[in-house]
Amino acid sequence: MRELAASTISDHVAEMCQEANIYLGEDVFKALRKSLETEESPTGKEVLKQLIENAEIARNEQTPICQDTGFAIFFVEWGHEVHLTGGTLEEAINAGVRRGYEEGYLRKSVVTDPLYDRKNTGDNTPAVIYTDLVPGDRVKISFAPKGGGSENMSTVKMLKPSDGEAGVIDFVVNHVKAAGPNPCPPIVVGVGIGGTFDKVAVQAKKALFRPVGEPNPDSRFAELEKTILGKINDLGVGPQGFGGRTFALAVHIETYPSHIASMAAAVNINCHAARHLERII
Amino acid sequence: MEPKRIQAPLTDEDVMSLKAGDNVLINGVIFTARDAAHKKLVELMDQGEPLPIDLTGQFIYYVGPTPAKPGQAIGSAGPTTSGRMDAYTPRMLEHGMKACIGKGLRSQVVKDALQKHKGVYLAAVGGAGALLSKKIKKSEVVAYPELGAEAIHRLEVEDFPATVINDAYGNDLYAEGAKAYAR
Ligand code: SF4
Repeated sequence: MRELAASTISDHVAEMCQEANIYLGEDVFKALRKSLETEESPTGKEVLKQLIENAEIARNEQTPICQDTGFAIFFVEWGHEVHLTGGTLEEAINAGVRRGYEEGYLRKSVVTDPLYDRKNTGDNTPAVIYTDLVPGDRVKISFAPKGGGSENMSTVKMLKPSDGEAGVIDFVVNHVKAAGPNPCPPIVVGVGIGGTFDKVAVQAKKALFRPVGEPNPDSRFAELEKTILGKINDLGVGPQGFGGRTFALAVHIETYPSHIASMAAAVNINCHAARHLERII
Repeated sequence: MEPKRIQAPLTDEDVMSLKAGDNVLINGVIFTARDAAHKKLVELMDQGEPLPIDLTGQFIYYVGPTPAKPGQAIGSAGPTTSGRMDAYTPRMLEHGMKACIGKGLRSQVVKDALQKHKGVYLAAVGGAGALLSKKIKKSEVVAYPELGAEAIHRLEVEDFPATVINDAYGNDLYAEGAKAYAR
């Protein structure tokens, strides 16, 4: 059994909160630069240039890419052979978030209860944490600070199995169209298909943790990702919704086996500030 | 097209010279307000009480910045989603506001109110918080300090870039821009 101190987890998490918010990933940089080559609208090009410049300023001046430094989302893959000492995983992660958001001058955007008090918790906790037990003696922590603007433009729908591929395409494209400029395009579209009402939303979120533009390993779903991306960009919404050919940088689909009677589908939108990071401890 | 330089606050004439799709660089003093500050301002209007700031001709920027690091005038300061302010915007226009800056779609009620009261809605590039913060030279809280990042701030801006989305003639860049590039 490998022993791992809760404080080690907290240290990593604190660093990850700052790193993800300041350094835009190479995957997103690459996708933005590539779209600059294909964008036809002059205003759209101008927006893309500003976004690249913005990410460079953030990197050089160690300042957050976006003022919405997000709700802290974690996917943890915990090796069976690792024993956590000195606290629970949840406490360790929240302690790291607390420290990371304070030391990094990040915005605290979480309120206590959603309906009545809506009082800021002051330290951006609690985080949203999903944990999977996996074989081995490693721990993999994936982190994404998720902005409210793009999260608000997300949805779940219980499609019928008979809706088929066309039903999925319509659902995703129409939903993204209605979101329009709100989620700060160019966007990354996370799509979940299958599972239950709750599972499909988690799959859509998981899809946003994939490096931008990396296709689904199943060629049928990779093809579907391409088809949906083409249709989304053909809407003409463009960067920031000012009109253009780059509404989305990528569509990522994650699936799960389904009940014989169902075909759940979910869309979770991420903005161009598609921040995500992983570490193996 | 070269961006137009404009000076805050705006006159009716200034507003009428702006068209959907214009890129502008804003100079002068603008004010910030998000959901919570709007709610407080509109409550005061309802009670006929004086407002903590004079809205005549002013720009309101929908923003909740990150905390400033030592030596910075302000932290990252990009726009937030404007639709959340839709319920309040017509009242703000009635009280003299001339321009608001945010990102994303506005309701038909807001678009109509912009025409009626001669106002404009502009978008700054959402998520360009680091870049936009460099255009803000000074920031101070002028009302509701208890709201933290949501307090009303007075900002001095230099060449702050924005794009006109809804003008006072009823044009809408979000609708027209997409049409031009759809296939
Ligand atoms: S949607 Fe993304 S880029 Fe836009 S304000 Fe929110 S976090 Fe920032």
